[in-house]
Amino acid sequence: MTLKTEDVRNIAHLARLQIDDDSLDQYTSALSDILTLVEQMNEVDTSGIRPMAHPLDATQRLREDAVTEPNLRDKFQAIAPDVEKGLYRVPKVIE
Amino acid sequence: MNKTISQIQQGLAKKEFSSVEITQDYLTAIKQHNPAINCYISVTEDLALQQAKAADQRIASGNAQALTGVPLAHKDVFCTDGVKTSCGSKMLDNFVAPYDATIIENFKAEDSVMLGKTNMDEFAMGSSNENSYYGIVANPWDNERVPGGSSGGSAAAVAAGLAPAATGTDTGGSIRQPAALCGVTGIKPTYGRVSRYGMIAFGSSLDQGGPFARTAEDCAILLQTMAGFDQRDSTSIVQPVPDYSTSLGNNIKGLKIGLPKEYFAEGLDAGVASVIESAIDEYRKLGAEIIEISLPNTKFSIPVYYVVALAECSSNLSRFDGVRFGHRCDSPVDLEDLYKRSRAEGFGEEVKRRIMLGTYALSAGYYDAYYLKAQQIRRLIKQDFEQAFKKVDVIAGPTTPEVAFKLGDKTDDPVSMYLQDIYTISLNLAGLPGMSIPAGFSQGLPVGLQLIGNYFDEARLLNTAHQFQLSSDWHIQTPEMK
Amino acid sequence: MAAWETVIGLEIHAQLATKSKIFSAASTAFGSEPNTQACAVDLGFPGVLPVLNAEVVNMAIKFGVAIDAKITPVSVFARKNYFYPDLPKGYQISQFELPIVGQGDLSISLEDGQSKIVGVTRAHLEEDAGKSLHEEFTDQTGIDLNRAGTPLLEIVSEPDMRSAKEAVAYARKIHTLVQYLEICDGNMQEGSFRCDANVSVRPMGEEKLGTRAEIKNINSFRFLERAINFEVERQIDLIEDGGKVAQETRLYDSDKDETRSMRSKEEANDYRYFPDPDLLPVAVTDDDIERIRASLPELPEQKRQRYISDLGLSDYNAELLTGSRDIADYFEQALAKAPTLSSQIANWILGNLTGALNKADLDIKDSPISAVMLIELIDRIADNTISGKIAKQVFDAMWQGEGSADAIIEAQGLKQITDSGAIEAIIDEVIAANPDQVEQFRAGKEKVLGFFVGQIMKQSKGKANPGKVNQLLRDKLK
Repeated sequence: MTLKTEDVRNIAHLARLQIDDDSLDQYTSALSDILTLVEQMNEVDTSGIRPMAHPLDATQRLREDAVTEPNLRDKFQAIAPDVEKGLYRVPKVIE
Repeated sequence: MNKTISQIQQGLAKKEFSSVEITQDYLTAIKQHNPAINCYISVTEDLALQQAKAADQRIASGNAQALTGVPLAHKDVFCTDGVKTSCGSKMLDNFVAPYDATIIENFKAEDSVMLGKTNMDEFAMGSSNENSYYGIVANPWDNERVPGGSSGGSAAAVAAGLAPAATGTDTGGSIRQPAALCGVTGIKPTYGRVSRYGMIAFGSSLDQGGPFARTAEDCAILLQTMAGFDQRDSTSIVQPVPDYSTSLGNNIKGLKIGLPKEYFAEGLDAGVASVIESAIDEYRKLGAEIIEISLPNTKFSIPVYYVVALAECSSNLSRFDGVRFGHRCDSPVDLEDLYKRSRAEGFGEEVKRRIMLGTYALSAGYYDAYYLKAQQIRRLIKQDFEQAFKKVDVIAGPTTPEVAFKLGDKTDDPVSMYLQDIYTISLNLAGLPGMSIPAGFSQGLPVGLQLIGNYFDEARLLNTAHQFQLSSDWHIQTPEMK
Repeated sequence: MAAWETVIGLEIHAQLATKSKIFSAASTAFGSEPNTQACAVDLGFPGVLPVLNAEVVNMAIKFGVAIDAKITPVSVFARKNYFYPDLPKGYQISQFELPIVGQGDLSISLEDGQSKIVGVTRAHLEEDAGKSLHEEFTDQTGIDLNRAGTPLLEIVSEPDMRSAKEAVAYARKIHTLVQYLEICDGNMQEGSFRCDANVSVRPMGEEKLGTRAEIKNINSFRFLERAINFEVERQIDLIEDGGKVAQETRLYDSDKDETRSMRSKEEANDYRYFPDPDLLPVAVTDDDIERIRASLPELPEQKRQRYISDLGLSDYNAELLTGSRDIADYFEQALAKAPTLSSQIANWILGNLTGALNKADLDIKDSPISAVMLIELIDRIADNTISGKIAKQVFDAMWQGEGSADAIIEAQGLKQITDSGAIEAIIDEVIAANPDQVEQFRAGKEKVLGFFVGQIMKQSKGKANPGKVNQLLRDKLK
């Protein structure tokens, strides 16, 4: 499978990664190579096979509904890039 | 400086040395050799000495536990409260974790001493440890060669005698492959055996933590502390943890060892093959029955793995967005700029490649062809093993197709790098436990024998490895440190 | 001009009334200081993992059982991937292919007295996002993640509604139901119960659905009705002017009473759903379902039927009384004290009490007149201590906090006069004072009787027993 640079641009946008035009070709060819490897999967007939998302056949355990987490805002926000009045800050979002 | 954990335990118990003394010895060795090997990202000297001092007091008061005062290194993928946890990434260069991973808590509860945090491929993505923001790690056997990855720092630290043992994580071979290339012993437990809480995720359905040590006996000791149910991890399994040490001495006469023919096919280096054959002969001598088996879908494990692991990682790494922690770009002009530049600057090339590929595999129109197809073949791979374990107790083969390669050899060719994981990856897809133990040398470099066990059969794996180590001395060989 | 048909489907987000969050043990309480109830899991810190709250699963099953829906034996949590500052992990944990509650349905009562079945496509569990505060700083948006991880049940209807009124009736019905089930507090101001409306129009008789717009941010039933009506008109005007409705997300602005396109969400989203590898499939057994079914309270529909058949209430009153769990609880509390007075109690609650509550903008839970106080008043009417008219006066005094019915009657001397002698004395006085009217009555003008009753009641300050007055007056006038 060969990707086009336009595909890579779209993927990079979906993944929110800034990719400069210079390295776009490089990514395009590297990703295409990997996709070629991945497409070996097409050799396998998988009709009727149930997809397996987890290695073990276990089911979800449930937690009792109780509040046990203390307020650790100061500790958590000590490592935040931009905090004011207890709020995390980002460039203004226009809705 | 090449003591095993059990030797350190005995030495501390017999008061041959104190925890402060042995810790200081390791810290001195680290100072001397880490610049060349670069296996540590952070050395927590003050903390280590403080913990050692407290441990010595416990020992003096007669309240020592199994690991009291034993120095260890931890892969920098495990969150450590108050200590920088970088995951090998610029993204987390400023990240001082506000909590401990469960396994770190477990080791703390046993009063072990933390020497530092070991180097690794960024976000555990790599097979050579060349993808770290903190520089490459050298293989202690040959500084021009890779130590393997992603837990390259941990494997190299143990091989170089800069830690008696270390923790690691294994998503596609990241414990077993570096253990093999550095000539140490490592075990990846069954998925769900060791808590993933506080372990920074790469591929959530594949990641599993485990120990590196010189011996299987030491691995048993460390796994005892790491393993067990954790209510904070939904994928942790409620299953009692057996005493791994008591079964080490069991006789393995009659043990059925399966050799998958696909693991000895094209692509396996001849030197590695002959070392593995000798190791198998050793097992024959120990009374094991050797049976040829087939794991027909082995070849597909690589494409399947890269789809599953990369799909999961593309989503797992979305939280690194420059908002609440981690790297943030300078003066973002708007939200999109904040996201795109912070992530582009914070992540290295391999991580970006993988995020993009995973994003693509999950995107509209491709999900069925990639993600769903991979999950279907994943089941076939698991079924291959289920069939095999009806006939045999343990599966054996090479851990890697070749010995440690030269630094830079494969960096331009991701696909050839990915092929290094051909024998290790399918276990992660199936969730099975596996070990790598030193089995000899080829071209003067260590060769690892991989042992694969059935689900939750770590005790038998450790026993099988220990019996080999009782009759061989490959595991006690150490590189010459200049 | 063509006749248009409106087609509406609703997506209702009901915040589940748990103590802790869906995947973490942080508190869900409303109104705390920003980010003080956001733990490492809610903040999406590296390495931390979600663990599902048992109560959330119970509540979803409760809802499913109440609408006779299929409960999915093994449901799956998936990740919905997108970047937004109030979404800490870069994905929302939700249910996609296998929601916990499958197809069900709900009957709504329409204004014309008819009822209509509205299909519920599914209801799934998911985590709420945090809040973006745009007004706090000039060039920055502030992010508060206290709400992140609050459990939501998203209830998706079929596009079965044909008018804003039907949509409101359905939304109210769900609102009532979740409160009966005690799985959601229903507080719309605090955002515990939110509606998104998918609105489209098509020419009458056309089978194919028109392009729909999704209206978000509707936080009251009144706004729901207005937003839909505005949107329907907008779409019809657009089409009739030769335009095309765009499939888009629109925001309802209650100040301007209009909907407008949300540009920020216009970009085609590719959510890349896949099963969350950090969570395992959720298994629900038949035993779980039966245990929960047995624990359900009496539901509004069952209650309504019972009020009509057992208590003999009118359809209308039964509907109103069961319209909210709090009203029904109030009614039943009063009824427990006086089982024979059901229709009187109903009338008082739906009449004077509701009137006073509405005027004061109070919830029945906060009524200054409790059910026990009200029944004392109704008892006094029933035992002829006071008349209905005086009772209204007593009610007003009770509302003002002047005490219990008995205390007020006593203090203000409002006890009804039933003594024949005393009433006769008043009647004699009135007859003597109005000889002309007496003449008229005797000449056959029956209507004059009302005049006399009025005069007598006035004279007695309303305290004379009206039955007695009538009877005695006729005798006297003969």
